[in-house]
Amino acid sequence: MATIRILSRILSVLSTVTLLWTQSGECNNGRRSGDAVDTDFSGFSVPLEHSFEVDDVPRFHLRGALQLRGGRENSVYLSQNQLSEKDRSTLKDVAAVDGLYRIRVPRVSLQVDRQTERQSEGYLTTFVRACSLVESHLSDVITLHTDVSGYIIGISIVTIPGSCRGIEVEDEVDLEVFNSTISVVAPVTAPAPETAPYIERMEQEMEKKGKNPQEQKSFFAKYWYLILGGAVFLMATSSAQTPPGGAREQS
Amino acid sequence: MAWLVVRLAISVSLLYAASAVFEDQVGKFDWRQQFIGKVRFALFDTHSQASKKLLVATDKNVFASLNSRTGDLFWRHVDKTGPEGHIDALLMYGQDAVVVVGNGRLLRSWETTVGGLKWETVLDTGSFQAAALVGVQDLVKYVAVLKKSAISLHDLSSGSQIWVENLPDSDSVQYQTIYSGGNGVVFVLGVVPNSHIVIVEYKIEDGEIMNKKSVEAVWMSSLESSCAVVSSGILLCVDQITQSLYTLPLQSAEQTEMRQIHLQMLDLEVVSGFRPVLTSTQPNPAQPPLSEFFLQLSPDHHILLQFIDGLIAPLRDFNPSYLAAFATSGERTVAAVMSPKNDTACSINLFSADTGRRHLDTTIIYHMDPNGGKPNRLYVHAFLKKDDSVGYRVMVQTEDLTLTFLQQPGRVVWMREEALADVVTMEMVDLPFTGTQAELEGEFGKKAAIQDGLLPMVLKRLSSQFILLQAWLAHLWKLFYDARKPHSSVKNDVTIDILSRDEFNLQKMMLMVTASGKLFGIDSKSGTILWKQYLENIQPNSVFKLIVQRTTAHFPHPPQCTLLIKNKDTGLGSLYVFNPIFGKKSQISVPALPRPVIQTLLLPVIDQDYAKVLLLIDDQYKVTAFPSTKNVLQQLQDTASSIFFYLVDSSQGKLSGFRLRKDLSTELIWEVVIPTEVQEIVAVKGKRANEHVHSQGRVMGDRSVLYKYLNPNLLAVITESTDTHQERSFVGIFLIDGVTGRIVHEAVQRKARGPVHFVHSENWVVYVYWNSKFRRNEFSVLELFEGAELYNSTVFSSLDRPYAPQVLQQSYIFPAPINTLEATLTEKGITSRHLLVGLPSGNILSLPKMFLDPRRPELVSEQSREENLIPYAPEMPIREEWFINYNQTVSRVRGIYTAPSGLESTCLVVAYGLDIYQTRVFPSKQFDVLKDDYDYILISSVLFGLFFATMISKRLAEVKLLNRAWR
Repeated sequence: MATIRILSRILSVLSTVTLLWTQSGECNNGRRSGDAVDTDFSGFSVPLEHSFEVDDVPRFHLRGALQLRGGRENSVYLSQNQLSEKDRSTLKDVAAVDGLYRIRVPRVSLQVDRQTERQSEGYLTTFVRACSLVESHLSDVITLHTDVSGYIIGISIVTIPGSCRGIEVEDEVDLEVFNSTISVVAPVTAPAPETAPYIERMEQEMEKKGKNPQEQKSFFAKYWYLILGGAVFLMATSSAQTPPGGAREQS
Repeated sequence: MAWLVVRLAISVSLLYAASAVFEDQVGKFDWRQQFIGKVRFALFDTHSQASKKLLVATDKNVFASLNSRTGDLFWRHVDKTGPEGHIDALLMYGQDAVVVVGNGRLLRSWETTVGGLKWETVLDTGSFQAAALVGVQDLVKYVAVLKKSAISLHDLSSGSQIWVENLPDSDSVQYQTIYSGGNGVVFVLGVVPNSHIVIVEYKIEDGEIMNKKSVEAVWMSSLESSCAVVSSGILLCVDQITQSLYTLPLQSAEQTEMRQIHLQMLDLEVVSGFRPVLTSTQPNPAQPPLSEFFLQLSPDHHILLQFIDGLIAPLRDFNPSYLAAFATSGERTVAAVMSPKNDTACSINLFSADTGRRHLDTTIIYHMDPNGGKPNRLYVHAFLKKDDSVGYRVMVQTEDLTLTFLQQPGRVVWMREEALADVVTMEMVDLPFTGTQAELEGEFGKKAAIQDGLLPMVLKRLSSQFILLQAWLAHLWKLFYDARKPHSSVKNDVTIDILSRDEFNLQKMMLMVTASGKLFGIDSKSGTILWKQYLENIQPNSVFKLIVQRTTAHFPHPPQCTLLIKNKDTGLGSLYVFNPIFGKKSQISVPALPRPVIQTLLLPVIDQDYAKVLLLIDDQYKVTAFPSTKNVLQQLQDTASSIFFYLVDSSQGKLSGFRLRKDLSTELIWEVVIPTEVQEIVAVKGKRANEHVHSQGRVMGDRSVLYKYLNPNLLAVITESTDTHQERSFVGIFLIDGVTGRIVHEAVQRKARGPVHFVHSENWVVYVYWNSKFRRNEFSVLELFEGAELYNSTVFSSLDRPYAPQVLQQSYIFPAPINTLEATLTEKGITSRHLLVGLPSGNILSLPKMFLDPRRPELVSEQSREENLIPYAPEMPIREEWFINYNQTVSRVRGIYTAPSGLESTCLVVAYGLDIYQTRVFPSKQFDVLKDDYDYILISSVLFGLFFATMISKRLAEVKLLNRAWR
């Protein structure tokens, strides 16, 4: 048993790597973000840190490394360590007292050329209830949100399932390896009023109408009976009124 | 055919939405009050004795004429806001009022009877200094306008410019006043601070400089505040440091020095730290001013002085006196002086200006409102009585912007509360039950039921029933009594005592907080001000937040409101706790707030007195609870782990979430930082706490249900780009969960610019922005859905919603600029929603939410018709009948407040700006109310008819049966 533990500690397996937009992964773990000048497309890595303490005072330590790649299609890999024996028991303890499991990433920009001008100042943090992380057997979904220019502005973590039902997680193996899904989300462009398709549709309607022979009748053709009726009526009324007028004229 | 279907669909949908007021409904459940703002200039029309006109110009850029008998508006002109429409000066001569607008940009002449514009002239650029009427040989013909570097003379009847002259040495000399005594010349007075005065004399005919001289005056810093012209062109100045008066004849060429008269010689002294004020009067611009003038030596000490033959003689000393003013009627000039009488009243007396003798029987007693401010302006309207004695009326303006018009012997003719022209925030509170209703309520109270046995309960029930009967009889008697009286005398006697909740809770108490720090309690049905309270020592740039801590629903406990007053600069706040029904200050001890408050939070946690707990978070993230009884603290400890709050720091673009700890400290749990280099946060809005959503989902055309994403913790964050170039500017919309900090949705509206107005409600956000590319206003709507299945249908928890919602969005063109946006709100949320759009034209548009639905299809299908979706059209219609305020426009509408009523169909709406307008809207028509013109007689006669017909036919049938049986 002890040997297995040592082995697992030594190997430090690269657990789960999820790729959102497929791009050839190039591993350069040790690269500092600052010196990446000529590597526009090879990305850089930032640490993903987590904290779970029974006293709920955050003490962050490394969970894994995020491989970020800017450009038109942002992509991200996560290489992370296994949880140690001690971490596992702490996590269970934190879950038992309904503590929080927090993660944080430094504030960086995905645009590598901006890295030099803006070093990370501060972190973006978020949390999930430790119990839900335990009960989901470390299945979490981490989302990094960027703004229009590629700065990371927020991070969110959810576990699937997200509830805390108080299920006992017996097996140590379930809490060894993170089963993470990680993605980068850029803002979507909100739609503008769609005038062109509407006008097109209107024109089509008009055309259809134009082809319809019934609709093509002229004004007189359509309403000849009304006009005739009106004219007859007018004539009738005017002829009825003329005699007194005429009589007056004569006198 | 498809086109026909589209049109049919549109017209059917319009049938649903049509909501206009019928002609006979005008004024039935709506009212409007018009205001003008803080009066800066007020002139009485002394042209004719019978004139009732009072011309006012205010700090809200309003120029209006009031009826001095009733206080109503004859007419009102609302100019542009800001410095562009600022009224610099108001002069009146005969029927004409001349106004200088926009820092000397425009010169306008108004006809005062109907308020028509006679002429308007655009003046040369330059900042405005002074304006004066100029008369020649007893006739006022011109108006002179002094700018920083030029003087121009305009004809009074046409506005045409007679001449314009540049002022000599205008870059070193500050020209500040004009004086003309009617002798063919205009004097322009300028000062070089702490050096000398410059006097330039212009000839009226052609603007030729007749004379120019400079007089040494080392002590002088400003002409305007310390100098006046008295008698036949004598410049009189006062200086508090040397404690002297200085005189100088303007016309004499030889005198090159001002003559100093020590105030000591007159046995006078200026209170240290007070800037003495000189007030002179020039009844006719074509004649020199009077030789009498007021000198104010301290805030409550005036003295009437006279200048004769180079000597100054005191006529009368008014000590103490708050305010003094001159007024002229015909040939006689009088002075009115307001002096304190006792703690609650002031007396105003009239004195003849030339002798200082008091006119007999001219006292007006002015009762100061104990809940109001001190008087600070006095306007006097003097008139000649039939016996040739002088009568007068006064208008008093107080610190809290109340205008009171008084006549002898102290009768208040009218009152205007001009503080209401600047409402900052408001709330609506239910009215309490009447005594009898409360009695019934008390009967079934918890405590009573436990203590009493069966018999006392029966007795109680009987007695309360008896009280109800009594009340009903009294009500009937009153109805009968009122019916005999003429109709006009019945209405308009709303007082606090008789106020009670009506059957459908349509009448409420409107609490209005104004920028000047005055609170108002207004009856929503009639608009009557039921109470007012002026809070003294409010900084002009304070921010107010009104919180209803306890509603009227908890009977023995009075309702309780808390007003948080926060200084914008220091952030320091204070709490004012009061009873919203009676306006009385509550005796509850208020926590001291030594540190700036950055966030407030009203919790659903209630203390043993049913008051909701208010949490105040200071800049060190410490939490203060109010009320903070033991019970509350215990409850807070128990629920601490589920109390989350967020903070916004727009200067750093930071949104952060905190959680309460058991010891009432806080911990940071999430952080979102939006870089300020790219965009800045302009607004953050959650949902309204009192909002109910009736239906969890929407039924689709195929009978499946699309469930709404109803996250009560969702925040809508709006950002604007720092880059304002029309191609690159954008508006950002972030939907962030306030508990977990999860960004639920993030969208960017390209080529868009603020100001952004938005409403966040139910599962949707509607926002309006300016499209900088097409130069038009556009509406956009976001709707969030969970999908065809609910994750957890029983309870919503932000901590347990792993799947992101589906977001649908659509945009529309709105063919008008807008001022403000709000959504209707009803009791249970069953009624369809409308958006209330305040337009700059003063109209309030009630726009059905149906038109703002991202599911409006491009092409009509069977399913979309089934769902009643209107086919997509890029332009939003504006229909006249959707204006809920028909012709009762609300000037400069700044906010709309909506409140639910007891009727599900009805939503109460208050629009405020310069005016206040209250009405009711029925977004789905009055489905739960019988119509006004419902034919009761017909229906009852039909009913009775049928009833008797059945009776008779039954009888006949019986007879027939009997007969048949015999056969």
